[in-house]
Amino acid sequence: MIQTQQLCLKYGTIEVLKDINLTFKSAGITSIIGPNGAGKSSLLSLVCRLQQPTSGTVTLNGEQISRLKSPDLARQLAVLRQENHIVARLTVEDLVCFGRFPYHQGRPKTADMAKIDSVIDFLDLQPFRLRYINELSGGQRQRAFIAMVLAQDTQYLFLDEPLNNLDMKHSVNIMKRLQQAAQVMHKSIIMVMHDINFAACYSDEIIAMKQGRIIYQDCPQMIMQSQMLENIYDMPLKVIELEGRPLCLYYR
Amino acid sequence: MQVDNTANIELPEPINKRRLLPIIKLTANHRLCLAVLLALATCLLYMSWNVTASWEFTLEFRGKKLLTFLIVAIAISTATLLFQTLSNNRIITPAIIGFDSLYILIQTALVFFLGAMQYTQLNVYLKWGIEISLLVLGASFLFQCLFVKKRHSLYLLILIGVVFGVLFHSLSALLMRLINPSEFTVLQDSLFASFNAVDPHLLLISTLVIGCIGIFVSKVHHQYDVLALGEAMAINLGINHARLSRVTLIIVITLIGLSTSLVGPVTFFGLLVVNLAYIVSASHLHRHLIPMAICCAIIILVGSDVLLQHFLHYNSKLSIIIEFVGGIFFLLLILRNKIR
Repeated sequence: MIQTQQLCLKYGTIEVLKDINLTFKSAGITSIIGPNGAGKSSLLSLVCRLQQPTSGTVTLNGEQISRLKSPDLARQLAVLRQENHIVARLTVEDLVCFGRFPYHQGRPKTADMAKIDSVIDFLDLQPFRLRYINELSGGQRQRAFIAMVLAQDTQYLFLDEPLNNLDMKHSVNIMKRLQQAAQVMHKSIIMVMHDINFAACYSDEIIAMKQGRIIYQDCPQMIMQSQMLENIYDMPLKVIELEGRPLCLYYR
Repeated sequence: MQVDNTANIELPEPINKRRLLPIIKLTANHRLCLAVLLALATCLLYMSWNVTASWEFTLEFRGKKLLTFLIVAIAISTATLLFQTLSNNRIITPAIIGFDSLYILIQTALVFFLGAMQYTQLNVYLKWGIEISLLVLGASFLFQCLFVKKRHSLYLLILIGVVFGVLFHSLSALLMRLINPSEFTVLQDSLFASFNAVDPHLLLISTLVIGCIGIFVSKVHHQYDVLALGEAMAINLGINHARLSRVTLIIVITLIGLSTSLVGPVTFFGLLVVNLAYIVSASHLHRHLIPMAICCAIIILVGSDVLLQHFLHYNSKLSIIIEFVGGIFFLLLILRNKIR
């Protein structure tokens, strides 16, 4: 279980996050939604120790993550940010191999290679295995990065807009695979999502943020109501039901 | 309504994959072996080509110079490579940011404030220690301002670096004009310790320092591979980023101080050899990159001295040739970066 206590983040006088008290479950898919600038990515960075909070703490199973050793933490918690610019010339396989670094510390063993193989298979990356990532399309690259964090094989997986650059087919594919990982391997996957319908369709829980605060944390059925969504996004929205599932129309 | 989804269609893999160099596919290890052999051959050539004086004299004279070359080659290439890994940037080098001009400023300031007498009487090791610690302090501060606080654009970084370099340079020049001529001679002596006249004490320190750094780097070279992926990735993969980058910065600055104290500032040499190493080594692992960069540095440095000595008869300066080639290379890199 990951918990945050009174988490605050300030840039100068601007308060990006205010008193965040949250609990992330140890299994299932959680989506974080909210308008631009709500502090979603910042929250993810703080929880994953990529950034230091101005005040407040983050705990993993009761222990403060700032006190835990970095290599140990890397085997329990993985994070993928929105922008991943890599200067070095790496093949997809090299990149996925880096995902196993917390285990092999630079010397991959056969078990690591097997894991790399299975993840590459899992995300249909076999044809691109030896291609350089700077020569891939945006969507292929995104899948390679997701493969890397999946290879890290952690209990908690934080993804910042994993569907960035992905077409419909691959978006659905990735979401199904993530759902599978959450259900079969009992992993906890926490995602920042922009597409509210994807979030509603696949999440077990939705956290809604606005102006640096958590305003709702509930199951998708409760969040997917016109009134709730209008509060979150400050725009007229309509939720309809299609084939027994809530669907939000926000295109016009 | 038709959805234009062409951008996301995956094209089939091209049959003839475009390679960076159209040469036979060699593994990184083979390439490294070749480079080491070539570097050894260059050194042998340097030692044995056209010996006119007695062998004893030649070997001692050239041996000392070769040792200097080797130390400088190792220091500059390793420092530049690690600095680029640390800053995730393949165009910036410590020299372009002005670290070596800072070293000269520190030396000048020491002579200025201590006086020539005090300066020459200082223990060589103590003097070196003071200079390096001042350099580490100053350069770390500079690095914090440029890289850590804000993520500046590449061009701004280069510009700031060049401006700082000129600033340090002009400050040194000002101090040099203020001290009296006899003190200036002392300073000049320590500043322009060229490849020909190197203090044996300095060689000893350098060898020791490089040995220690070598041991450290060989222990953590895997971590550098991860560090090259960027800060967020490195932290995610369990690297203690803050500690590793601090130690690495100190290593880089020490190496720069070392090579500057031996042969003075060389701006583009590091950039040249490190980028050559990226291209030639065909690997992203520091296990291959660091030795490859060192080999490139040795081949270029020692090779061009052989050329200079036996074919151009010292009608030009070594540093001028290297800077000329390196400078052109730097411009090419900038231009290519812009096109992308």
